[in-house]
Amino acid sequence: MQSGRRNMLKGSGGAAVLGLAAMAGLFRPGSAWAQQGGWNQQAFETKSLQDAVKALGGQQPTQSADIAITSPDIAENGAVVPFTIASRIPQTQNIAILIEKNPNILAANFSIPNGTEPWVNTRVKMAETSKVYALVKAGDGKFYYASKEVKVTLGGCGG
Amino acid sequence: MADPMKIRAQMVGDKVEVRVLMAHEMETGLRRDPSGNGGYIGAWFIQNVTATCNGRTVLSAEWGTAVSKNPFLSFRFTGGKPGDKVQVTWTDNHGDKRTDETTIAAA
Repeated sequence: MQSGRRNMLKGSGGAAVLGLAAMAGLFRPGSAWAQQGGWNQQAFETKSLQDAVKALGGQQPTQSADIAITSPDIAENGAVVPFTIASRIPQTQNIAILIEKNPNILAANFSIPNGTEPWVNTRVKMAETSKVYALVKAGDGKFYYASKEVKVTLGGCGG
Repeated sequence: MADPMKIRAQMVGDKVEVRVLMAHEMETGLRRDPSGNGGYIGAWFIQNVTATCNGRTVLSAEWGTAVSKNPFLSFRFTGGKPGDKVQVTWTDNHGDKRTDETTIAAA
């Protein structure tokens, strides 16, 4: 099926080919990702903070000073950008990392059970310089976020 | 079968700090196939991660393609003591699965 689509693309005009190819690239993951139990595909396909929060079952998120994002201000290599997210919001249930200018905004969503510190440290890819959001779901079902701008000198989507 | 994870679990004060390094390509599905036939390398990434301590879930996560290749993860939980077993399991979008465990070390 894939080769058939490519052949069709080759037959059409130059600019249209680029546009269609980009679209094909965007839509491909949706069909290629197998649905696993316990994996919120809808949330991982969102493009904006608002949509991601909705897909995670929330309403309008509130900005909060109680979430700390620790990361380099300038990341030399967008393929590996370390982030530490710490939340002081009581009963933090989830911590999510969202990168505004990535193809899909949601990078990771951690569930913090009782007894686990609302603190996670991981490494993510960034396509380009972008605002990064740390999103926290509290025990009352409300969503809070903090944001930070991280500059990327070499994007993480090479190849 | 995927390569084993490297897991360290160590007491930090009264908490257990767990550090996990997984071996996984984490392909986004948006990268061009270098063979030049115009296709894309299919998405292949870890979707679910679960960590347990003596059978109690201490962290679970859902990941997208934006998590870096050979993912690193670190977190802290209370209620563990030296000698307890920490087990980490991941599942990727191909349904491949890997579980590794370690023993909590004293500070």
